[in-house]
Amino acid sequence: MTARTDTPSAPRPAGWRDWLTTDTPQSRAQARLGRAWAGWTAFRRNRLAVAGLLIVLALVIVAALAPVLAPHHPYAQDLNNRLMPPSAAHWLGTDAFGRDILSRLIHGARLTLMIVALVAATAPLAGLVIGTAAGYFGGWVDTVLMRITDIALAFPKLILALAFVAALGPGIENAVIAIAITSWPPYARIARAETLTVRRADFISAARLQGASSLRIILGHIMPLCIASLIVRTTLDMAGVILTAAGLGFLGLGAQPPLPEWGAMIASGRQYVLEQWWVAAMPGLAIFIVSLGFNLLGDGLRDVLDPKGD
Amino acid sequence: MADNKTAHDAPLLEVSNLRVAFPTRTGMAEAVRGVSFSLGREKLGIVGESGSGKSMTGRSILRLVPPPGRVSADRLAFNGEDLLAASPRRLREIRGRRIAMVMQDPKYSLNPVMTVGRQIAEAYRVHSKAGAAEAKRRALEMLAAVRIRDPERVYDRYPHEVSGGMGQRIMIAMMLIPDPDLLIADEPTSALDVTVQMQVLAILDDLCSQRGMGMIFVSHDLNLVASFCDRILIMYAGRVVESCRASELHAAQHPYTRGLLASLPRIDEPPGDLPVLSRDPVWLTAGREA
Amino acid sequence: MMIDIRDLQVRFGRGVDAVTAVDGVTLSVREGESFGLVGESGSGKSTVLRAVSGLNDEWTGRIAVAGAEQGPVRQTGFYKLCQMVFQDPYGSLHPRHTVDRILAEPIAIHGLGDADARIDRVLRDVGLGPAFRFRYPHQLSGGQRQRVAIARALVLEPRVLLLDEPTSALDVSVQAEILNLLRRLRAEHGLTLVLVTHNLAVVANLCDRLAVMNRGRLVEEMSVEELRRGAARQPYTLQLLRASQGYDRATAESFRDYA
Ligand SMILES: Nc1ncnc2c1ncn2[C@@H]1O[C@H](COP(=O)(O)OP(=O)(O)OP(=O)(O)O)[C@@H](O)[C@H]1O
Ligand SMILES: Nc1ncnc2c1ncn2[C@@H]1O[C@H](COP(=O)(O)OP(=O)(O)OP(=O)(O)O)[C@@H](O)[C@H]1O
Ligand SMILES: [Mg+2]
Ligand SMILES: [Mg+2]
Repeated sequence: MTARTDTPSAPRPAGWRDWLTTDTPQSRAQARLGRAWAGWTAFRRNRLAVAGLLIVLALVIVAALAPVLAPHHPYAQDLNNRLMPPSAAHWLGTDAFGRDILSRLIHGARLTLMIVALVAATAPLAGLVIGTAAGYFGGWVDTVLMRITDIALAFPKLILALAFVAALGPGIENAVIAIAITSWPPYARIARAETLTVRRADFISAARLQGASSLRIILGHIMPLCIASLIVRTTLDMAGVILTAAGLGFLGLGAQPPLPEWGAMIASGRQYVLEQWWVAAMPGLAIFIVSLGFNLLGDGLRDVLDPKGD
Repeated sequence: MADNKTAHDAPLLEVSNLRVAFPTRTGMAEAVRGVSFSLGREKLGIVGESGSGKSMTGRSILRLVPPPGRVSADRLAFNGEDLLAASPRRLREIRGRRIAMVMQDPKYSLNPVMTVGRQIAEAYRVHSKAGAAEAKRRALEMLAAVRIRDPERVYDRYPHEVSGGMGQRIMIAMMLIPDPDLLIADEPTSALDVTVQMQVLAILDDLCSQRGMGMIFVSHDLNLVASFCDRILIMYAGRVVESCRASELHAAQHPYTRGLLASLPRIDEPPGDLPVLSRDPVWLTAGREA
Repeated sequence: MMIDIRDLQVRFGRGVDAVTAVDGVTLSVREGESFGLVGESGSGKSTVLRAVSGLNDEWTGRIAVAGAEQGPVRQTGFYKLCQMVFQDPYGSLHPRHTVDRILAEPIAIHGLGDADARIDRVLRDVGLGPAFRFRYPHQLSGGQRQRVAIARALVLEPRVLLLDEPTSALDVSVQAEILNLLRRLRAEHGLTLVLVTHNLAVVANLCDRLAVMNRGRLVEEMSVEELRRGAARQPYTLQLLRASQGYDRATAESFRDYA
């Protein structure tokens, strides 16, 4: 029912749960936390999404504590114990140089996380800025920015990344740059589409009537409405990013030996794949689990964040 | 089409003990609490304050209550067919083709990045196997029928390029184009000026009297409903508190109805503060059958 | 004169597709007056308001507000003088901003300071208590949202308030509340109001004078007393008056287009 002129009395909330779920927050922080709590409650109901979140959290923890968790040094060679199958001493076996695969995977988590974090921090941001600017200003700004986007979008991603790496030289930093450069256009498209649906809204007109500058409107009014779908898309894309980085590593254009990057590890195990399957399979499994985790998380976030759900 | 031209006295729509509930943190909140009515080939008005459940009543007939809302009813039948038991596929056939609904908020119901003409033409093509040219011709006719001047030009406009009232007429055109048997119109004319409103209502009126279309007309405008409809349900907090013949609305008994009528400004009265409703908790429980 | 419009013309589009939405409108509103703008749907009422408020910059003619001639692009200071309220309370509040943020933004833009006190005062002014301050729009009813929209317009303490059908999306009892609120605010703050509406009864309740528009032109100006007596001169206005009496099939038939 609609409450009217009457001021709803705000009884002292009983527990922290009531404090979070009240309809009458007393402060900015409470309103924000309450909203976050409502999102978390919705997210929690999706079991698979929680599983995805746990996988991603596990990746972060493993990466943070890698030196503590890893039973061996990732570079420690032991040529007497080459290509040993999984055993009590080496849970996931050893590779062609007798290095402990588990330890290398654990340290490799740092590389994977770094790649993911760098790409997630750059490509969606670039896409967001370009897409909202194109959508909000329209006209020639839109035409120019979107033509650039279309051109970037027309190249196959991996091939373009290969070309960049070939030009910049192999290495993990260059692989990250190449992936970031090739993956912003879809974000720009999404951000522009979202912007187009809201830029005529009355609340944007109202902001202009307050004297708000274009910059303020884009940053404060339009971007918050685009961010939800971008976060979802980014999370879902992370699996692809990991695979692309692994692919570059596999082709010898990403991380260079002896770095324990998962793609490079698969590459180095491929000549033994029939007899000593674990050398290639274990990093493959790690890639699979982490990619799955990001996908599940992204699906769950879509249900919570997608503005169309409100 | 022939199968539904049953005898004129058979009800087109039967609704009994309709309930719509939304789960909330504190349990189920009932937006509609036991509404019953039956509709012949007539114009039934539903009035009531904001939040009284008018839209939810209309939407639940087409099972368009947004999730997580739940609809239940002892009976919900269109032409004798149980809508609660209908398969999703059957419901899609019924929606639009047999029962059409003009939603509140035309600007939200129109796709902002598709021209309005194409949206109407698409609506037509979904339900008939017409070609693109035929659909366009029908769409233009329909735009003209809802009194849009210069249909050709409006056809190619985007929703933000039409005025509020044009947007509403475009929605009406879109809903009428498949020739429905029952039209649920949720505030269809709230953004129209009074003359165009009257002309659009005349179109709807003719469809009811000539084609035997039934209509549920949801509105805030008590004077309009009183003059346009045949019968009126007055809703408060999810219940029908009073129902009457449209011509007798001004003699309504319920204090809520009287309060709504009193809060209307009048042309022939001098300016001054208008009385606002003061609600009585008793109204929450005293319901009536329609 | 608070608002003085001379020969305003607004066109949309170019070439063959051009529409003249407003065609030579001249009108003026005195300080402290409440002025109604009524007319056919699509006749350009909103467009006039948008040109005055600075939302539309493609017009020709002359617009002066509080004696100052206005160009198509407004100085930031203009927005402290003249504010607007939109028709649709569901579309005019940002869905992800709290009431607090919505009201704090204009204060920040204009560097006014003392945000807390101002927000509290303006919320009280529109009949919402501080309890509503940290709510999101989806936690408010339509009438409450419209009050927030009015509060946002008032927070800069403007002298002119442009209202584009502020009550047509609201039910009759909330409409009565908003009309009472506007009457009180006008008296307390000496506001000049320009009210676009379809409802002649609303004009009769709140306004002193009104103008009738049809097809982009202003066809008639009259006082509210004349409206109450039904003393209109133009056939279009008479038709509008007849249509306000409620639906009648025969009357609908008699309507015609006035160009
Ligand atoms: N998604 C939802 N979740 C929970 N409650 C809802 C939801 N949608 C609507 N309601 C509630 O259902 C009730 C009836 O809403 P409904 O839209 O039918 O009102 P209405 O009579 O059409 O009002 P208006 O005149 O403002 O359109 C309201 O009290 C509203 O709060
Ligand atoms: N951005 C735009 N581009 C093209 N045409 C427009 C645009 N905005 C408005 N128009 C046209 O200008 C005319 C006047 O529109 P306006 O919105 O001012 O009407 P109105 O009198 O407010 O009508 P209503 O009462 O239905 O809101 C209409 O024909 C409309 O289609
Ligand atoms: Mg409704
Ligand atoms: Mg308008």
